Amino acid sequence: MQPAIAVTNVTKTYGEGAAAVHALRSVSLEVQRGEVMLLMGPSGSGKTTLLSVMGCILRPTSGSVRIAGREAATLSEAELPAVRLEHIGFIFQGFNLFPTLTAGENVELALDLKGVRGAQAQRRAERLLEQVGLGDKVRAFPSELSGGQKQRVAIARALAGNPDIILADEPTAALDWHSGENVLGVLRHLARTEQRAVVIVTHDSRALGFADRIVEINDGRIVQPEGRRPHAEAEAHPDVLAHNGAMALAVPA
Amino acid sequence: MPPLARRNLLHDKVRLTVTLTGIVFAVVLIIVQFGLFLGFTNATSGLIKNSGADFWIVGERVPYLERTVEFSERKVQQVRATPGVLLADNYVADFGRWKRRDGQEANVFLLGFNPDTQLGGPWNLVKGRVEDLDIADSVIVDRIYQEKLGVSRIGEVVEINGRRARVVGFTQGIRSFTTSPYVFTSFKNAQRFGGLRADQAHYILVKATAGADLPQLQRDLQARIAGVDVHTTATFANMTTAYWMFTTGAGVAVLIAALLGLVVGVVIVAQTIYATTMDHIREYGTLKAMGATNRYIYRVIIEQAVTSAGIGYVLAMIVSFFVVRGSEQGGAAILLPWQFAVSMLLLTMLMCIAAAMVSINKVTKIDPAMVFKQ
Repeated sequence: MQPAIAVTNVTKTYGEGAAAVHALRSVSLEVQRGEVMLLMGPSGSGKTTLLSVMGCILRPTSGSVRIAGREAATLSEAELPAVRLEHIGFIFQGFNLFPTLTAGENVELALDLKGVRGAQAQRRAERLLEQVGLGDKVRAFPSELSGGQKQRVAIARALAGNPDIILADEPTAALDWHSGENVLGVLRHLARTEQRAVVIVTHDSRALGFADRIVEINDGRIVQPEGRRPHAEAEAHPDVLAHNGAMALAVPA
Repeated sequence: MPPLARRNLLHDKVRLTVTLTGIVFAVVLIIVQFGLFLGFTNATSGLIKNSGADFWIVGERVPYLERTVEFSERKVQQVRATPGVLLADNYVADFGRWKRRDGQEANVFLLGFNPDTQLGGPWNLVKGRVEDLDIADSVIVDRIYQEKLGVSRIGEVVEINGRRARVVGFTQGIRSFTTSPYVFTSFKNAQRFGGLRADQAHYILVKATAGADLPQLQRDLQARIAGVDVHTTATFANMTTAYWMFTTGAGVAVLIAALLGLVVGVVIVAQTIYATTMDHIREYGTLKAMGATNRYIYRVIIEQAVTSAGIGYVLAMIVSFFVVRGSEQGGAAILLPWQFAVSMLLLTMLMCIAAAMVSINKVTKIDPAMVFKQ
């Protein structure tokens, strides 16, 4: 089966010569539909850069990035938005909701980008919010929602374009234990039941229980190209230990 | 589209107030300055345009109304004898010294015309009769200058150049561009007040017969009457306006002030829209990451600019209404014809859209990867 994302020998370099920074060094991996893949590594290892390349937000310096079988690495800046709109939904650590729009309007904005407007957009936005358990929060503004609720609105918004791929950057970092588990559960459901490819950049040990595969990245390189299945030993990963320490200080919902 | 532009605009009320203040300031300033320009233009040429004449015959090379040269009043006979001429009257236009009953003096501009034909006579008469100017030493003045001239009733007596003058009527809204109010009187009275000889005049006003070939008539008059220039009313009005507006620099000054108002408006609006854009830069980055094109984001910014322009325009028009009304009784009228008001709406929109270009340029350069940064 054709992978949802196929990254082949991708490099990303900033600057030139002696001052060059090699954010990614010949990275190759594939993400299948229906799979939850964790991307883990120390800070500065290139996780977010790799996520940005997979999300067609950054163009690689060299290499191939195929999204649903279509080569994206050679597309121009003007062509990349269409690829993101068609195939990719993003979830951010800081939620990135529009504070002056209600939950429903945040989702409608994503639909508007796809040309769905008016009453049809309103109905679809309501259904998407019901899907993530927020059917009663359609008219709430982000300031009236908890962290977990905001992230679920963000998920609903990410789903508005019916993407094949969900890319999540530290989606549970700002959430307490219970909310974080909720969000991870939703992401797993999206993969298993709706056959979307889900890639999660995280330090959160809770995510291990929801993932099908862990890929480690360090200094711009994939440490284990095939990834590995999550098991108890994975919790001893240094990044996970450090993150679990930080999670003890998380603000409750 | 969900109301992102409108909500972002209304979200920060302090910033919105600053934006609208900038727009109102700029628009009112432009309206006042350009309205003054229109008012001045009207004042410089209103007398000529409202004369009822088709042609003004002036002394050779006379460049504008107030720059008079005497010529023989007998030339009017030659004019009347020209085929195509219906009416032709001598006309006096001269500065004089007006002395009030309390002894205070003021410069005035005497206008002597034929009360029977009323070519070059007053309009908007609100008290008295033009026919009463046949009475010796009678004058008509405008209500705007009542206080300056120290008269408020028909029958009041003053002096002009040391000669007795009696007010027999008032007009409303006839402004002089110079500080010297117009004083209408008969041709003979004006000659006496101005110290002209009985055989002297400053202008001849000509009305053509219906259906006359005006260009041909102009050529005929020019060929027939020596030592004068023959101008159409429109041409002489434009010459007078051009002198006062541009040769003296008065008009240029108000136009520069209007232009400054426009620049100030653009700068203030650009700054506040830019600040709003920077406040919401993360949202624009998120929109880009979601797949929005630059054009989509431009629409949001331009919608903010246009909304600001619309609200600002309405507020500015309210302020301008009162300013224009207030100027009606003053020496310098601010005119706001509907065509100007409509043009101001377009100019306000353009001003705000131009101001938004700075923000649009910034948004174009957003790195969508910034959405991942905390």
